[in-house]
Amino acid sequence: MSILIDKDTRLVVQGVTGKEGSFHARQCVAYGTRVVAGVTPGKKGQHVDDIPVFNTIKEAVDASGANASLIFVPSAFAADAILESAAAGLELVICITEGIPVQDMMKVVAFLRNRPCRLIGPNCPGVISPGRSKAGIMPGQIHIEGKIGVVSRSGTLTYEVVHQLTQSGLGQSTCVGIGGDPIIGSSFVDLLKLFDEDPDTNGVVLIGEIGGNDEEAAAEYIKTHFSKPVVGFVAGLTAPPGKRMGHAGAIISGGGGTAKDKIAAMRRGGIHVVEHLGKLGEEAREVFLQ
Amino acid sequence: MKIHEYQSKDLLSQFEIPVPKGSVAEDADQAARIAQEIGGDRWVIKAQVHAGGRGKGGGVRVAETVDHVSREAAGILGMNLVAPQTGPQGKLVRKVLVEQGLSVAQEFYVGITVDRSSQCPVVIASAEGGMGIEELAATAPERIVREWVDVGLGFQAYQGRNLAFGLGVGPNLIRPFAGVFAKLYKLFSRMDCMLVEINPLVVTQDEQVLALDAKIELDNSAMYRHKDLAGLADMGEKDPLEVTAAEHRLNYIRLDGDIGIMVNGAGLAMATMDLIKQAGASPANFLDVGGGATAEMVTKGLEIILGDKHVRGILINIFGGILRCDVLAKGVVEAAANVDIGVPVVVRLDGTNVAEGRKILAAADLEFIVAESMLDAAEKVNGIVR
Repeated sequence: MSILIDKDTRLVVQGVTGKEGSFHARQCVAYGTRVVAGVTPGKKGQHVDDIPVFNTIKEAVDASGANASLIFVPSAFAADAILESAAAGLELVICITEGIPVQDMMKVVAFLRNRPCRLIGPNCPGVISPGRSKAGIMPGQIHIEGKIGVVSRSGTLTYEVVHQLTQSGLGQSTCVGIGGDPIIGSSFVDLLKLFDEDPDTNGVVLIGEIGGNDEEAAAEYIKTHFSKPVVGFVAGLTAPPGKRMGHAGAIISGGGGTAKDKIAAMRRGGIHVVEHLGKLGEEAREVFLQ
Repeated sequence: MKIHEYQSKDLLSQFEIPVPKGSVAEDADQAARIAQEIGGDRWVIKAQVHAGGRGKGGGVRVAETVDHVSREAAGILGMNLVAPQTGPQGKLVRKVLVEQGLSVAQEFYVGITVDRSSQCPVVIASAEGGMGIEELAATAPERIVREWVDVGLGFQAYQGRNLAFGLGVGPNLIRPFAGVFAKLYKLFSRMDCMLVEINPLVVTQDEQVLALDAKIELDNSAMYRHKDLAGLADMGEKDPLEVTAAEHRLNYIRLDGDIGIMVNGAGLAMATMDLIKQAGASPANFLDVGGGATAEMVTKGLEIILGDKHVRGILINIFGGILRCDVLAKGVVEAAANVDIGVPVVVRLDGTNVAEGRKILAAADLEFIVAESMLDAAEKVNGIVR
């Protein structure tokens, strides 16, 4: 088992004929993902390898039975792409695109609030259920199948963590990048709920960073509702206040959102927080295999 | 993207929020002319830098004759303003805003920002004007009123009344205050702001409502649809190395330590800064070369890191994913051959094709210190600073 995606996931890739879209659609196929359709308005009838291209999501869904979408559309058009997928009834939308205006994202999440559609991202590496399906841009080969869930606001930092887990013999059930923007579709708590319900996830690694208070909310949730062990890490102990550290959402503002506060909150929530990133694999092993 | 007070006030005026009469000057004569045009017998001269607390550093002065305006402007222009938010190094003042002096009866705080938890804009107001909102939230949370906005509907009239009555302003002021909130929200949403703040919004002795100070932060991601606003960026406010980096699409932030870092990905870059600290040193920068770093970008990155003369060692930390370690190692070797480095460089590669990558580094005729893991990298950085 896994969360969000598995062998039965039928993926449609939005922006499939673009440079990024076609490259990663092929990588997903190579990993074993069932990429059943692509969408680029005006390019119906074309193919990317064996993937048929459609003009609209609705057409793609009707023809292919897709139930999840992966978005590589440029930032000025990505909010619209998310809305198109949600309106077509897709249950899962994963948006890789970075740099969507915040005002647009606030409208998108308001639209999604009363719909049965889960958005992951934007500005994220996507989702992978090792050995089953990959809907994202992460390198598949560093993952192995297993029982640890990974949820993170970052990209390469997640790869680093997954790599250490793999080397420590800890396989993963599903790894989810929730995104580095201030307004994202799914929070840590949203994913923790899914991991809690997944019988094949035995523990979770949660990777946070400065900015906002999603880590604090996760810590509170874990303290009161979450039954499985959690190992945590927070990046940005040395980040100066008032500067955006690469991710639009990674900023200490008004004295809030510091790594120190987050680590303290996570410890209060019963999370085993690793301070030295280099020791994460080792410490995770101790926590999960004890 | 931050903009200056005078630029923020221009935007407020465009949205019909009253601001004091005034204009920006780059020299003392110009300041005097502006004072003359405004008229009256009291003026305020304010340093235009991207930092709060300017008054505490002597960047805000009052003058009562046109000559006096000229003298005070001359005193502020060219000064290195050290204020609570400039950092100890201060900021050079290149422009001043000259405004009419007002007789203030009451001060309020008004702001709109993105509430990340509620995922919508929140309008915040308080009768404790002049004080920072964080300070207020900590000391007198009961003095703050808030309205969350449904982005589909926009800001509603009743919300303006809720805020105005919540502030306890007199009956004559309910309508003007509600008007300011509505107009400010319009500005916030139409101009793609991350933050708009009027602090203080004042009521004068003759019951006029004006924005005495203003701060606006624009959403960088939305500047493609505001070409006119993008031009408001003041490059003089930024570190020159940060400006150069941005031109090369590198995400570089200068810090005050002495170990430079180059990393692929923002999260890993932050974690690498932390690692430097744990190794007993201090990071000189944040530098994310992105997921598709090329030899050219690595070269540029090295040049930018070395542009900071405090740097006495560099850690290159790359986790190869889709971008393979061997490709990256070639890029690093090529870059190192083109740049006169002169300080020790620790390279830590891991991920896809790491063995080939390390072989390339080892075979190169360059003195890299190759680290095998994050832990090993920390030790090797420690070796440099010890």
